[in-house]
Amino acid sequence: MTTLNYDGIHATFAEVNGGLGGTPANRAGTADEASAESLVKVGRRQFMQLTGLAGGGLMLAFTLRGARAESGPLQPNAFLRIDQDGILIYAKNPEIGQGVKTSLPMIVAEELDAAWEDVTVAQSPIDAEAYGPQFAGGSLSVPMNWDRLRYAGAAARAMLVGAAAARLGVPAASLKTKASRVEHAGGSLAYTELAAAAAAMPVPEPATLKLKATADYRLLGRRITGVDNEALVRGEPLFGIDQRVPGMKYATYEKCSAIGGKVKSANLDAVKAMPGVHDAFVLEGNGNAMELLPGVAIVADSTWAAIRAKRALRVEWDESAAATDSWTEAAAAAAKLRDTAGPRVFDAGDVDAAFAASAKRVDASYAYHFVSHAQLEPQNCTARYADGAVELWAPTQTPAIGIDGVANTLGIDKAKVTVHQTRCGGGFGRRLYNDFMCEAAAIAKRAGVPVKLQWTREDDMCCDLFRAGGFHHVAGALDEDGRISAWQDRFVTFTNDGKRPVSGGNLSERVFPAGLLANVRYEQTALDWSTRCAAWRAPGANVFAFVVQGFLHELATAAGRDHLEVLLEVLGEPRWLQEGQPQALHTGRAAGVVRLAAERAGWGREQPPGRALGLAFYFSHAGHIAEVADVSVSDAKEVKVHRVTVAADVGPIINLSGAENQIQGSVVDGLSTMVGLSVGFEKGRAQQTNFDTYPMLRMAATPEVDVHFVQSDYRPTGLGEPGLPPLAPAVCNAIYAATGDRIRTMPISEAGYRLA
Amino acid sequence: MADLALQVNGREHLLKDIDESTPLLWVLRDELGLVGTKFGCGISQCGACTVLVDGAPVRACSMPAKAASGAVTTIEGLAEEGGALTPLQQAWVDLDVAQCGYCQAGQIMAAEGLLRRNPNPSDAEIDAAMAPNLCRCGTYLRIREAVKTAARNRASSTGA
Repeated sequence: MTTLNYDGIHATFAEVNGGLGGTPANRAGTADEASAESLVKVGRRQFMQLTGLAGGGLMLAFTLRGARAESGPLQPNAFLRIDQDGILIYAKNPEIGQGVKTSLPMIVAEELDAAWEDVTVAQSPIDAEAYGPQFAGGSLSVPMNWDRLRYAGAAARAMLVGAAAARLGVPAASLKTKASRVEHAGGSLAYTELAAAAAAMPVPEPATLKLKATADYRLLGRRITGVDNEALVRGEPLFGIDQRVPGMKYATYEKCSAIGGKVKSANLDAVKAMPGVHDAFVLEGNGNAMELLPGVAIVADSTWAAIRAKRALRVEWDESAAATDSWTEAAAAAAKLRDTAGPRVFDAGDVDAAFAASAKRVDASYAYHFVSHAQLEPQNCTARYADGAVELWAPTQTPAIGIDGVANTLGIDKAKVTVHQTRCGGGFGRRLYNDFMCEAAAIAKRAGVPVKLQWTREDDMCCDLFRAGGFHHVAGALDEDGRISAWQDRFVTFTNDGKRPVSGGNLSERVFPAGLLANVRYEQTALDWSTRCAAWRAPGANVFAFVVQGFLHELATAAGRDHLEVLLEVLGEPRWLQEGQPQALHTGRAAGVVRLAAERAGWGREQPPGRALGLAFYFSHAGHIAEVADVSVSDAKEVKVHRVTVAADVGPIINLSGAENQIQGSVVDGLSTMVGLSVGFEKGRAQQTNFDTYPMLRMAATPEVDVHFVQSDYRPTGLGEPGLPPLAPAVCNAIYAATGDRIRTMPISEAGYRLA
Repeated sequence: MADLALQVNGREHLLKDIDESTPLLWVLRDELGLVGTKFGCGISQCGACTVLVDGAPVRACSMPAKAASGAVTTIEGLAEEGGALTPLQQAWVDLDVAQCGYCQAGQIMAAEGLLRRNPNPSDAEIDAAMAPNLCRCGTYLRIREAVKTAARNRASSTGA
């Protein structure tokens, strides 16, 4: 149960969240089919355990390791530990800025009835048997752990109550808990003083535990500040890049900037003669582009010595099998496909008949460029290899997959690989892939000393796994009443392996407006592309939203109708799409956030010339989110986004402070990316290699963000991703309303726009 | 290679055999173990490495350490170790500014530089002073609010 590779994540992701719009089970790696299949099954089995519990409370959802002890700390499971000195709760999943190091322990504390001020939080070890899957991806940390963590807290609470009942000689049912104490008629007992006795109690079966009703929550839904905040503002060593081990050297690794290039020769002797350089050598790579690519390693006495030596390194690359990708050529190929039917991946109703009978037909071509993750902490990993075993300190979103990759790279059993979780300086999907861990492990083994591998920003952008660009030739039909009667998307995407589309490159029955309109057809053609592509915050949704919510506005405009009215008409009566999926789109929840955002933004109000509101809704990662952008556009195409009003239904909010921060950040990320970010490719090489040519948004351009959560009774879902997709279409729709100029390409800087 | 004298957070350091091209960033991180100052881009574009030299914000990734002839202040130098946080740090904690937190040491040092020369900045002055600092997570609204909160609290604590 310890290994979930990225397919496992996607499988679990799909099942927990009902398979979200445009999130394919894409695999960018080269693991063999059989092993991938078995890993997918692991994900399924864990999911079944979770749903069994959620449905009837009958199955054991997690391993209650620890169990009864004669004395000592109360540790009924791996998630907490209470002794006379205090309450410790373990944060199980990687913290990448989505706030789970705070929000997941809050769930335990709520059911434990611990006062948050009494709780200390520590990062857990990697142990799937004890903790279940440990990864940061798919906005899944909250939904996948909601039951597991509530029962973990409730089990300990029941044991503490049982210990108090025994001590007082009263029935357990007569006791209450509050703020880390068991309350009885004559006073109260602290958890810390009950812990030793509670540890001797039998660990209760989850089925015997009663969880709190939402109305009884004391902690969840409040604004709680991050558990690492004080350490962060003191500059304490929390991140991967901050790790140091005794005897450590510093390493850099030069790879071919066109993927697939191999080292033919390099000036190793000259580099080794440089001051501070300890060693320089060639690594051949292990044939798996997600693990170890060929390159030249430099090991030095300091990071700067390693970077200087890397700059002096001269490598002759064998590029006979290297990437030759060209955006110009891809765009030309995609344009040619506009009038050619592609393979159908979804076809509902009779699209051809609906177009033939339509009163009006609208055609448009949308496109978006490749983008980079640009997480602010460049990839790094500290590795120590000795006696056939390796220990790593890694800022990774998927430590368990990293263990597999490192074991595979070194040819050792994964029991010989230990990974310590560190805080991650951003993720956005890049750290789902652990090439940097494999490189650090291989360099440490070869060098014979512990190393901290440090990528430069240029390494990070050249060797990113990019969010793929794409092209959509869309057509819509309107009937005589101005209703949308047919929708067709002729999509041109990319494939890395010649078989499956890249991440975010798969239209399906879960992509809007499938399931909502009677006649919908998606065609999909994948162009060959060698440069690695992979998940980027809200895969699929982050680009499909731009296309489909922009085109919906085009159709509403062509029909002479109000956008809000048409969107609500398309959503229709309240119902679940994909009936039977645990968490699919619910049209009533969708309409609820659309109406709320419109109302709070003052939809329909008069605006001065050059200023307008734009609306968009998107469902992704189980989150129903609508956004209204209030935008001014000058004659010089300077765009000022004054305010973005966001309405979100992700079920009950765990941490209100963290949740609002995620929405604000998603708006900024969405705006930054749609306005000015792209990575071009020629001759297989990324054309942007640092932030001077990748202009991310800065403070002055940040809009006000007005966030409204619908605190519905559905199970809580994640917020790391779903706030981003609606932003781009909301802003583009506003620009159209303000100027009459329809933008169909991201970034909009291509059409001459920039932020004021 | 040469010896290097640096004054960091009120302490004098004499470092032996340092490559003279070494940026201040890597001396702080690798030689002095002051890892609060972060590496982001290496070309003065992101501000993650912002420290103060004689009270003014500089990008430590692009300043040779030998050029840092004045008093260097890093994030570790704001509050005493284990001691009370400064009003600026406390505002960052209370307003829950950080998401990943990687840029925040640089943001705080840029804000510290601003407030030292302009104790009561306007929004526009804050935006201008903070422009060199990227936050990839997009926490700008809270950063701006934290700077304003800190400005108020500094004023009240000094009776100004």
